[in-house]
Amino acid sequence: MKNSALAGPAATSAASWGTRMLAMDYRGPYRVRLSEKPMPRLLHPRDAIVRVTRSCICGSDLHLYHGMVPDTRVGSTFGHEFCGVVEEVGAEVQNLAPGDHVLVPFNIACGHCHFCQQGLYGNCHESNPQATAVGGIFGYSHTAGGYDGGQAEYVRVPYADVGPTKIPDWMDPDDAVLLTDVVPTGYQAAEMGGIQKGDTVVIFGTGPVGIMAARAAWLFGAGRVIVLDMYDYRLDFVRTYGPAEVYNFKELDDVVVFLKKTTDGLGADVAIDAVGGDASGNAWHWLFGTKLKLEAGSAIPLHWAINAVKKGGIVSVVGVYGPTGNMVPIGNVVNKGITIRANQASVKRLLPRLIEHVRAGRIDPKALITHRVPLSDVADAYHLFANKLDGCIKPVLVPHAG
Amino acid sequence: MERPAKTLSPALADPATIPGWGVDADARNDPTYPIRDQSHDHGLTRRWDRPPVQQPDVEILQSIEHVRQPAVVGTSVPPRGVSGALRRLAFRWSESNWLHWLILLGADRVDVVEGVMEDLSRGTLPNVPAEMGLGAAWRHDRERLVTRWALAAGTVAVGAAIAANVRRERLAARRTVLLPARSHEEGSGTRI
Repeated sequence: MKNSALAGPAATSAASWGTRMLAMDYRGPYRVRLSEKPMPRLLHPRDAIVRVTRSCICGSDLHLYHGMVPDTRVGSTFGHEFCGVVEEVGAEVQNLAPGDHVLVPFNIACGHCHFCQQGLYGNCHESNPQATAVGGIFGYSHTAGGYDGGQAEYVRVPYADVGPTKIPDWMDPDDAVLLTDVVPTGYQAAEMGGIQKGDTVVIFGTGPVGIMAARAAWLFGAGRVIVLDMYDYRLDFVRTYGPAEVYNFKELDDVVVFLKKTTDGLGADVAIDAVGGDASGNAWHWLFGTKLKLEAGSAIPLHWAINAVKKGGIVSVVGVYGPTGNMVPIGNVVNKGITIRANQASVKRLLPRLIEHVRAGRIDPKALITHRVPLSDVADAYHLFANKLDGCIKPVLVPHAG
Repeated sequence: MERPAKTLSPALADPATIPGWGVDADARNDPTYPIRDQSHDHGLTRRWDRPPVQQPDVEILQSIEHVRQPAVVGTSVPPRGVSGALRRLAFRWSESNWLHWLILLGADRVDVVEGVMEDLSRGTLPNVPAEMGLGAAWRHDRERLVTRWALAAGTVAVGAAIAANVRRERLAARRTVLLPARSHEEGSGTRI
């Protein structure tokens, strides 16, 4: 077949597309630009090179953009939510061929290690030399393996037989690109909540992941879904998209008291933190986490989740925090008998079910996309998304002049 | 003898010698369901079907918690310059040590300066306003942008005024220091 003649990670058609490409280029906190970079090469027999067709900016890219993730090196290319066309495959790649349009999960997973075998594709042990705690992630600092990401014209995709999934004929690529991270992460947030039919679920954060968690909570049989954030335009969106009860925490005196009172004084059955370390809402955490970096980001959503869930309840965490540590009320976790569940989403594990949900119309991912930006305007797109301007919910970068 | 432990150790106990071993085991007591499929947990062993191991041609820093290089590594931006030296230093400590991460964060800040120097050495001046996406701010957030500029300009103006004032006062103070000294000399002169 296509690669049987190849020995080692050899090229098939590199000559036809030159040696340089355009890619997002991180220059420091709040500073990114488009730069010319060398074309990615096959570096391993299980690699593929993918020509990017769509690439999102993720809320977690903002943690990088704000300089909060250790070992984010100047000159890196971000981007872990992308889909594209396979250009070239290494000698051992069997399931993909040049020309296939694939969506690429954000996790880089070998499919064979202790963790991948158990379905923990977000915790692969064969993809990140810099850290054992973090799996390999495209374009997410050296703490996540030091891979260049998909906010570029081309990208190297390791373990091409494991993660990348051919986009079904009937699927809109706008839906496909959101299946690389947003949909699985929101869905797994609800899944880890262990939601039982009729449960009251409270979700912190109306980023695309929080919105998707609200949608997914119903699929697991929630009886009531409450979402909190500080941006009215996003609360308005999730009010109908979830649907969900929405509250602006800026208008609440005490978030926890409010949530207790609205649940007959007991607290929610399940609380989901879909924000992570870039949270607003508490001056103390802002000072120590966001500004002084003495904790790994502002942990106020996790604080609220622990304190607003009922005794014996479940707290599910998908918000991204740094690797050092955070001030959270762990004593309350003990006293209240809370189960905490968390992980990076295992995209490959969830994809078959999620593709089925999209096909059946139970999830409409592309409704989240508000902005379509040429890759050349990457700096403006980051600024727009980071500052929640122009009603932005999800920006998609389109390389190759769209 | 078949032992149930999913790890190897010379100190493994024989369950037959442990009174009541496993009588309360309950496979349903698995809080990892359905995220982790424990039926495929083959124990604490590094002997799985490994992919071929990539031989990187750039320097890769590796967590000291790894027992071997992962089969695939990212080769973006190898460590370089002062920030690179700091990163190498950071990797002396494990991921469990705050020092590891704080040195890396420090290295990231140094890297920003080295990035600007790299730009300048290539004869390009980084267009910082464009890199910060101020075009988007101008189109969608003009009021706040203008307020910020006004605040920045105001701060600079006030700072300059204060600096000028301090300078003036210092000159005046120097004069007042000089004056009594002169009168002292005069005084001592008269005493003679």
